[in-house]
Order: sequence, then C-alpha cells, then structure tokens
Amino acid sequence: MLENLTQRLSTVVRTLRGQARLTEANIADALREVRIALLEADVALPVVKDFIQAVREQAVGMEVHQSLNPGQALISLVHKELTKLMGDQAVGLNLATTPPAVILMAGLQGSGKTTTSGKLARLLKEGKKKVLLVSADVYRPAAIEQLRVLGEQLGVDVFPSSADQQPVAIATAARAYALTHFHDVLIVDTAGRLAIDEAMMAEIQAVHAAVNPIETLFVVDAMQGQDAVNVARAFNQALPLTGVVLTKLDGDARGGAALSVRQITGRPIKFVGVGEKVDGLEPFHPERMASRVLGMGDVLSLIEQAQKGVDVAEAEKLAKKIKAGKDFDLEDFKSQLQQMKKMGGIGSLMEKLPGQLAGAMPAGQDHEKSLARVEGIINAMTVQERRFPALLKASRKRRIAAGSGVQVQEVNRLLNQFEQMQKMMKMMSKGGGLAKMMRGMKGMMPGMGG
Amino acid sequence: MFSFFRSRKSSAPPADVAPSSATTQPAGAAAPAIDRAAPASDGGGWLQRLRSGLARTRERLGANLGSLFHLGAKVDEAWFEQLEEALLMADVGVTATRRLLQGLRETARREQINDGAALRSLLSSQLADLLRPLERTIVLQDAPPTVVLFVGVNGAGKTTSIGKLAQHLLNDGQQVMLAAGDTFRAAAVEQLRAWGERNQVPVISQAQGDSAAVIFDAINSARARGTSVLLADTAGRLPTQLHLMEELRKVQRVAGKALGGAPHEVLLVLDANTGQNALAQVRAFDDALGLTGLIVTKLDGTAKGGILAAIAAERPIPVVFIGVGESLADLRPFVAQEYAEALLA
Ligand SMILES: Nc1nc2c(ncn2[C@@H]2O[C@H](COP(=O)(O)OP(=O)(O)O)[C@@H](O)[C@H]2O)c(=O)[nH]1
Ligand SMILES: [Mg+2]
Repeated sequence: MLENLTQRLSTVVRTLRGQARLTEANIADALREVRIALLEADVALPVVKDFIQAVREQAVGMEVHQSLNPGQALISLVHKELTKLMGDQAVGLNLATTPPAVILMAGLQGSGKTTTSGKLARLLKEGKKKVLLVSADVYRPAAIEQLRVLGEQLGVDVFPSSADQQPVAIATAARAYALTHFHDVLIVDTAGRLAIDEAMMAEIQAVHAAVNPIETLFVVDAMQGQDAVNVARAFNQALPLTGVVLTKLDGDARGGAALSVRQITGRPIKFVGVGEKVDGLEPFHPERMASRVLGMGDVLSLIEQAQKGVDVAEAEKLAKKIKAGKDFDLEDFKSQLQQMKKMGGIGSLMEKLPGQLAGAMPAGQDHEKSLARVEGIINAMTVQERRFPALLKASRKRRIAAGSGVQVQEVNRLLNQFEQMQKMMKMMSKGGGLAKMMRGMKGMMPGMGG
Repeated sequence: MFSFFRSRKSSAPPADVAPSSATTQPAGAAAPAIDRAAPASDGGGWLQRLRSGLARTRERLGANLGSLFHLGAKVDEAWFEQLEEALLMADVGVTATRRLLQGLRETARREQINDGAALRSLLSSQLADLLRPLERTIVLQDAPPTVVLFVGVNGAGKTTSIGKLAQHLLNDGQQVMLAAGDTFRAAAVEQLRAWGERNQVPVISQAQGDSAAVIFDAINSARARGTSVLLADTAGRLPTQLHLMEELRKVQRVAGKALGGAPHEVLLVLDANTGQNALAQVRAFDDALGLTGLIVTKLDGTAKGGILAAIAAERPIPVVFIGVGESLADLRPFVAQEYAEALLA
C-alpha cells in the first residue's frame, strides 16, 4: 500500500526542525513529497504544479509560529490551501426558481449518474419536495428501467420514457408533465458520454436548452485518474455546470479527481456518494476531502508531525474539531484508533498526559492488546455498518464476531462503549474539554472499567 | 483478424479460430437516436480514434509529446522532465514512471543516444516489453461449459463486456449462455437480458436468490444443454466492501461445486479512466479470487490506461481484451506493442 504523506514527511520534517523561517531551499524536499502525494492521489499534474507553486510562494519567508516546527507549519499551510481549493464551505442545491426546478445530470459512462439521481430524489423527498424522475438514456440497455425501479423503491414519480424516443423530446415532455402536476423538482438522468463524442455532447446541450435546468450536475467517479481535467474541461465548455457530485467515495481511492475537477470547472462539489444504497449521499466536506487527498486520516496527523506526541493544548484543539456527537460514527472511531496507534499507542499517549489525567485511567492493563481487539472488531464491519451502527442487528453481529474471532458479547460491549463515547463527544462539543474526554475513555476499552 | 480465445484441443494458433467476419448484429428493436456504433473496420481503427482524441487533449494542455520525439530533438534534462510529465498524465503513476525513465536514462547513457526520435522508439519497445507478458487469450475447456466469471467495481463495464464477448464467441461457432448474477442493482437483469436478446442467447436469472444461486443454476443448465461457454455477470463492488468480496468467494466456491474446476476464468473489468486505485483493485480482487485475466474498458475516450504499466510491474495479471466502445463490435485483443504506442502517442 502507499505510504501516506504523513509518514513520508516525518523525515523531511525532522530535518526542518530548528529553523525559524521557511526558505525556498529548506522546503524543497518537503514540497517534492507533497507533489508525489498529490500525484498518487490522482490529482492531475497541471493542477498539482499550480498548487505547489502557490504554496511555495506563500511559504517562503513565512515566520514559523513558536509552537510549531517548520515542517508542521508547512503541512498546515498545505492542508489549509487544499481545503480552500476544495471550496471553503459545503454548498447545497439551489432550487430557487419557479417550479419545477430542473436538475440535469451529466458525466462519463459508469460514473454513477442514475444511482445519484435516485439518491438526490430521496434526499429531496425527505425535504418534502414533490419530485419527478425521468431517464433520457436511450442507449444503455435497461437504463430507463433502472431509474423506473429506483423511483418505485423510493416512492418517487417517474416519467415514462422509451428507447425509441429522442432525449430532447423525453426531457421536454417530462418538464411539461412536472409543470401540470405540480412537481417541485424534475431530475433528468442522461446517458453516459465521452467528452470527445461530439454528437453526444451536442445532444446533451440540446437537452439542456430544452429544459433550462437550474442545476447542471457533473458526476465524477472518485477513482478517476489524470484524464479528469480533460473530461471536466470539455463538459464545462459544453454545459454551464453548476456543481459536481463525487461518487464511490466509500472505496479507498484518495479522490484527487475532486481537486482536478474543482480547479478546472470552478464549480462547487455539492455531494459525495458513499454507498450503493439510496441513502449513500452526503454533503461535501472540503476539509475532510483535503485530508483524504493528502493521505492524512484527520487533523490528528498534523499534531503527530511534531513527533513529540500530544500536549494538552493540541488535544484541546483536536477536541474542538471533533464534530457533534451524532456525526461521530464507527468509521471516525476507527481512524481515531489508528491515529492513536501511530502516536505510539495508548501507553505512550498516557505518558504525555498531566498526572491527574493519567491517574484517571485504570492501571496495569494491557491497553495495546485491548486496542487491537477493538480494532479487529471494527475492521470486520463494512463501511456501511461503521457509518450506520444502527444496522448492526443480530445476524450482522454474529458475522462480525466470527470475522474478528471474538464472542458476540464483546461486539455488543464495544457497541455500548461506542454509544457512550458518542455521548461524550457530544458533551465535549458543548465545551467539556479534555478532562471529560479522558473520563469517558475509561469506559471505552474492553476490560477497562467496563 | 483476431480471436480472444482458443480451444484447448486445437493446437493451432489463435488466428485459426478467428471469427470469419465481424458482423454487427442489429442493435435491439429501436433505432438509437444517435448511431454511436461506427465500428472500426480494422484493428487499427480504435488506435486512430485514440490518437485523434489524444491529439486534441494535448493541444489544450499545451504539452506536445510530438515535439519531444522529433528527429534531432535534443535529449537533455528538460526532455526527460517533459517525458516524465507525459507518463504521469497517462496514469502510469510515480513509481512506474520513475522506473521506466531510469531504464531509459541508463540505456541512453550507455549507448550514447541523444536523439529524441531514437530514444522514443527505445522507450516504446521497453514499454512493450513490460506489457508483453500480459498478452493472453481465454482458453476454452475440452469439456463444456467453460465458466467465465466477470467481476469489478460499479460501472466498470462488466455487463457490456459480457454482451460483446458473447457475440465474438457466437461468431466463432460457440454456444453461449449468460448468467444474471447481478442481483443487486436495479434492472441489472433486464440490462443483461437486452444483451442476450441482441445476441439471441439464453439468459439465466432468478426472481429471488443470490448471485451464487443464480450462477449455480446457470452452470447446471449449461451442462444440461451442452453449452460451450457460460458468461456470468456479478454486481459491481468496491474492494473495501469486505462482505461483498466474501460474497464473490462464495460464488466461486459454489460454482466449483456445480462443476469441478469452475469458474475457469475470473476476469476483472477495469475502467481505463481509473487512476492509481486500479492497482489496489487488481490486488484486492486477485487476493480474494485469484484472477485469470483483466478487461480494460473505455479506451475509446481520452484516458490512456497507463496504470497498466504499473500493474504489469506490480501484479502482472494478463489482459484478455480491451473495450473501445459501447456496441457489440467494440472489443479488441490486447496487443502490447499497440498499447505501448497508444500510450506514447
Ligand atoms: N465508451 C465506452 N463505454 C463503455 C465501454 N464499456 C462499457 N461502457 C459503458 O459504461 C457504462 C457502464 O457499463 P456496465 O456494463 O453497465 O458496467 P457494470 O456496472 O460494470 O456492469 C455503460 O454506459 C456502458 O455502455 C467502452 O469500452 N467504451
Ligand atoms: Mg452490470
């Protein structure tokens, strides 16, 4: 597997230690590593070059804040700039128009347009919108049927179409129908097409002209490679795109295409697809995406850069970053555990804690071993299950127990502890601080006060 | 003429069992709004399309590989840097690009080559050498049916590839059957059935039941009918979904119970647009199932599929064919030399 940037940079960072100012010379190695990390994450080369140049310009001459070393300072700059490039804030759908608000889906073959259409319909339906779906994909066999079935499953109206019709005619008729039947939103799914296929690009332009969408969403596969820039440029030239949807982010692709597309089109990434099921659509989080592209689990990695473990001030900073309890899922928990391990395990973490806090932890237990068991259990879960622990009913628990070589009771215990932890996170986000977190941690490990 | 498969019995080279002519089947009942087929009449057609697409791409990017390779072009540091960029932008990846360039530099120094054109043909042949071990054709079993399992991530082109391969097998005089093993995606069965209709071959599906059950059923049915090749579709899945990977292993086990030795081929379908994650996909599916081959699809777009160079170096699973379009005829054998040329085009 690819080493992550954090690991690779640690050596570079060490050589940077003790320098008060960043210079062209002392950041050259570090920037080279950043370049490689971005390329390995599939950020397109022209975008990488621009980015590195921009970071270099900002970094040179920068004074290093006394609490950071130069390596850390550079990495936080990189992270900050990347977040900025991803788009500062999550941007939602714009449906402010005379109904029906039309959403047009566009993208390459197999990028996930139809599935995303269904997911969007579900999201809008939950927001009490009356939605109409229509498929203008008259090419791929059963594409129309796929959308019809999705609509049926969701309880969303689907305008019937057939493969012997023209896409423009289909879209026009669907829009007229939506108008007379008081639909708030019409989602037009289209066939996948190559950006160099002129006839097909002309076709989607005609569909666009016919239905005048308020949102034209470009659907991109998170696994896409360097060609993302070319494809994005071509779609952006052919259509007035209003946003991007990044799909299949539940895989392990680092998703550098997000940055390429964002940079080329200038359009916000509005949603990410995180599963095949209809509920697998989430708002886009620029900061998370920046961490992912850089190969850093989360902000903890920044702290790890210091290679001196944690201090209380930094842990507090992290605590602030942790989202409100309801968003904290087992997937987050897993990455926290991994980070903890990277920092030298829970034992070394405790060494660095002020005495009274360390005292709150039970003594004489093999923390590393418990940690490994917990991790084993979480690893045996699917991403979906980690995201939605509520899915974990008896049969799934049995599978997980078997997969991680523990008893079902231990899985149950972990889930209980996780629930407590979620509560704790909520408490913390309301301003409880580290002391509370440590108290909560007591109950977190199997065999630790549980 | 070419073929993607050969019979075990026949000791003759692949060319001898090639289809007599690549006729295009009528595409379903309804005429499509745009005829996207425009099937290439010869093996070089897709390469041509590939090149013209790429030329446009490069113009826009301002990076012109052509100038690098001109006769008399001076080979210096800048030359190598530009070449590095070209390989990176073809998704070859950092590691494989470095390795290729290192080899090239060494040879250039040793043999004192400092002409762009000469060095280009050197690189092209090095790339072809790297890719050549990946050339392979599917082998048909002596005793029918040969069971071919298609796996891959969502939207890679599994179902479409099955439709295309079915036609080529039919043209070769084989009897083909399809198994609708994607029991997850909405209308996946209908999609496969449409390909079955176009090819006029039976499609085995079940109203209920999982992938393994459908494929078990299909194998028995193929045996009973003496069908020579069974092409089995599966639902798309990301290799991080461990339970879904486990499900595939179950399909594999159950297929083996229906017929000893089945599935005889396990093919991973890979989208040429995929970046560095393709290598992770190959590793994960191979670790789980033991792949016998790859199919690289969507090479008719602007993506070059350079990740194959990294795959060749890291996990050399052979490529049984490539997809260059959405219609029945858009299937080509994998020829290392051609692929290498297209990468450097
Ligand atoms: N341009 C192009 N499109 C392809 C190719 N192979 C498959 N596709 C398209 O990619 C999309 C996904 O294909 P499908 O077979 O449904 O993928 P599956 O989910 O892996 O079964 C469909 O729109 C296909 O028409 C190819 O070689 N070239
Ligand atoms: Mg399919």
